[in-house]
Amino acid sequence: MRVLPPLLRRKPAVAVLMCVPLFALILGLVAYPFFHALFLATLNKAETAFVGLDNFTFLFGRQTFWMVVRQSLLFALVAVVFKALIGLAAAHAINTIPTKGQRKWRGMMLIPWVIPPALSTLGWWWLFEPTYSAINWGLTKFAMPAVPWLSDTFWARFSIILVNVWVGAPFFLIMYLAALKSIPGELYEAAEMDGAGPWQKFFYITLPMIRNIIAITTLFSIIVTLANFDIVRVLTQGGPLNTTHLFATYAFRVGIESGDIPLGASVSLFMFPMLAILAFIILRNVRRRAASLA
Amino acid sequence: MGTKATASRRTFIKTAGAAAAGALAAPYVKTAHSAGKLKLGLWDHWVPGANEALEQILIRWGEDNGVEVTIDFITSIGNKLVLTAQAESRAGSGHDIYSHAFAMVPLFKHRLVAVDDIVEDILATQGPIAEISKFSAFLDGAWKGSPSPTGTLSYPTVARRDLFLEHAGIDLTELFPASDARDPAKVDGWDWETFREAAASLHAAGRSFGAPLATTPDGSAWLAHLFASYGAALVDERGEVVVHSDAVREVLEYLIRLAEFMPNSVYAWDDASNNRWLISGEGGAIFNPPSAWAVAKRDNPDVARHVWHCDVPRGPAGRFRAFTSFFWGIWDFSVNQSAARDLLRYVAQPEVVTTMLRASQGFDLPMIRSHYDHSNVWAEAEPPAGVLYNYAMLGDERTVFAGYPAPPEIGARIATQQILPTLAARVTQGGESISDAMGWAENELEGVLRG
Repeated sequence: MRVLPPLLRRKPAVAVLMCVPLFALILGLVAYPFFHALFLATLNKAETAFVGLDNFTFLFGRQTFWMVVRQSLLFALVAVVFKALIGLAAAHAINTIPTKGQRKWRGMMLIPWVIPPALSTLGWWWLFEPTYSAINWGLTKFAMPAVPWLSDTFWARFSIILVNVWVGAPFFLIMYLAALKSIPGELYEAAEMDGAGPWQKFFYITLPMIRNIIAITTLFSIIVTLANFDIVRVLTQGGPLNTTHLFATYAFRVGIESGDIPLGASVSLFMFPMLAILAFIILRNVRRRAASLA
Repeated sequence: MGTKATASRRTFIKTAGAAAAGALAAPYVKTAHSAGKLKLGLWDHWVPGANEALEQILIRWGEDNGVEVTIDFITSIGNKLVLTAQAESRAGSGHDIYSHAFAMVPLFKHRLVAVDDIVEDILATQGPIAEISKFSAFLDGAWKGSPSPTGTLSYPTVARRDLFLEHAGIDLTELFPASDARDPAKVDGWDWETFREAAASLHAAGRSFGAPLATTPDGSAWLAHLFASYGAALVDERGEVVVHSDAVREVLEYLIRLAEFMPNSVYAWDDASNNRWLISGEGGAIFNPPSAWAVAKRDNPDVARHVWHCDVPRGPAGRFRAFTSFFWGIWDFSVNQSAARDLLRYVAQPEVVTTMLRASQGFDLPMIRSHYDHSNVWAEAEPPAGVLYNYAMLGDERTVFAGYPAPPEIGARIATQQILPTLAARVTQGGESISDAMGWAENELEGVLRG
C-alpha cells in the first residue's frame, strides 16, 4: 500500500491543492481581465501612452455617456423590481400547490431562464420586428394600431425591459421558492391560531424570514442586469437614437466597433465602483441580520 | 534512398500537373513561395451562389499551387466582420487573409502588412483604381489592402418603375435607359426635391420610400451621399469639425421633410430591412446594391420584374453615390505571407473579377476601371432587361462614403459610430432642434477626433 507524502497527509495542504483549479480559473477569467481592463483604461486611443484617468475625464464630458448612465440605472431598477415582484408572486403560487404537482410548474417556469438569452431574444426580435412584427400582425387583425416596439424610444425601452424580466424572473422564483420552503410550517400554524390573516402572515413571517435571500438575490440581479449585453444587442443595438444603450453595449460600440478600446474599457469599468458600494452595503446588512438571528 | 527518389518523382508529377491545371485555369504564374496552409476570413456575400463561386476559385488556386486553402464566410450583419477582425487583431492569431470593408482598413492598418508591391503591379498592368478606393486603403504612404474580387458595391436608387410611373408620373426607364442614350437635361431634373415629391406620392399610395435612419451601415451609406450632395460635411479634409454649417442645416431640414413620407420603422432597421421592404412589394424605393433585386428574383419575381436601378438624386453640390470598397488584407501575424501575397495577386486578375461579377449577378463592382471593359453583366441582367445597366455608374455621379471628406481614420470612425444616422434621427424622430442636434454631433465628434 502506498503511503501519501507527508505534505499531502496534512489536510490544509490537500485543501489548498484541490482549490488550485478554482484559483486558476478566477485568476485567468476574472482577475486578469479585470486588471487588464484597468490597464487599458489608462492608455490613450492608440494604446501607446499612459494617460492616467484622462479617459474617464473625457467620458464625463460626453452627452451620450450620461444618457447611457441614466438608461442603465433605469433599466436595472425597473427590471429588477418587476423580476422580484413576479418571482415572489410566482413562488407563492407554486408553493401553495401540493408538492406532487409542483415539479412540472417549476420546470415550465424555468424555461425562459435556461434558454440561452441570445437565442430566446432572437425569438422576441421576430415578435417585435420593426416592419413585420408578429405581435403587430395579431393586433391589426383585431383592428388595433401597430406598436413601434423597436423604433420608438419608449417602446424600445419597454421591449428590452420586458424581455429581461421574462428571462430573469425565474431566477427570483427559484430562489424565493427555496427560501419559502425553508420557513418552518409551525410559525404559520401558530400565527393562524392567533388569528393572523394571509397578509399578516406574509408581512410578519414570510418577509422577515426571506429578507436575506431577497437582499442577495436583488444584489446579484442588479449586477447581472446592469451588465446585460445580449438582449440590447439583439433587439435594438442601442437604438433608436442610442436610447437603449447600456454600459456593456455602449462600451462595445465605442471599444470594439469603433476601435477605441481604452475608452470602451473605461465605460465598462464605470459601473464597478457603483456595484462595489452597493454590494458592500447589502452584504453588510445580510451579515448583520444573520448574526442577530444566530 | 529509393523512397526519397519515389517521393521526388511523385512531387514532380503532382507539381507539374498542378502547374498545367493552373496554366489552363488562368494566366497566373505560380511563384516558388506558395505552399502550406492559408486561412481566409471572407465577407459572406448577400447574393445567393456568390460564395460558392468564390470558394471554387480559391480551392482550385490552392490545388494548383499546393496550398491548403480554408475559407470562413463571415456575415456583415451585426458588424460580425468587424468584431471578428477586432478579435483576431488583438489576439494576434486567426486568418491569414481577411476581408476589409472601407472603414476597416484604417481601423486595422496597424496590423496589416503593406502590400505596395502587389497593388502597384496590379495598377501597372490593369490601369488605375477608383480614387475613393485609394483614399481608404492607401494609408500613410502604403497600401494596406489589395482589391478584393468581390464585395465592392454602391448604393444606387432601387425603385419600382411601375409605381414611380403610376403614382409619381416619372418614367425611370426613360430617365435612365438601359443604354448610353441619356438626356442630360432630364437627368439634371432628377434632384432631391423631385425625389421628395415622388416619395410623397408613393407614400400616399401606400408604397413608401424607405431607408434606415438607424445605426446600421446602410443608414450611414445613403446619408453619406445625401449629405455630400448638399455639400454637408461633419469633418473636413484637414480633420477640423465643421458640423455647424449652413449646408448641414439645409440637409437636416430636407431630411425632416423627407422623413414624413418614410415608414416609422426605419428607426429600427438593419441592413436587411430595406431589402425586405422592397422584396415584400410594400416599398416603392430604397438605396441599396442589387441584392434586394437578386433575392426578389428568387423569392418574389413579380416584384423583381418591376425593379429599376438608377442614379442617386442630385443636390445643390452635385450628384453623389455611396461607394464601399472591399479589400483583402494580410494580417501581420500571418504565418504564410508569401502564399497570401500570391493569392492577392491572383484574385485581382480580370478573369477572376469577371467570374465573380457574373456569380454575384452584377452586385459586385470593380474598383479598377479596366475591369468594367471585361464584363457586360450589368447590361445583360434581367428581368427586366437593363435592370442593372445604370448600377455601373455611367453619369455625373461622384463616389463618397460616410465621413468623407475627413481623413480616412476619422471618416472610418464617423461611419462605425453611425453618427450620420443618429444625427438624422435626432431631428426627424427625436423632435430635437437642428442646433441642438448639431451640438450633439460636435460633442460626439470630439470622441472621434481624440488622440
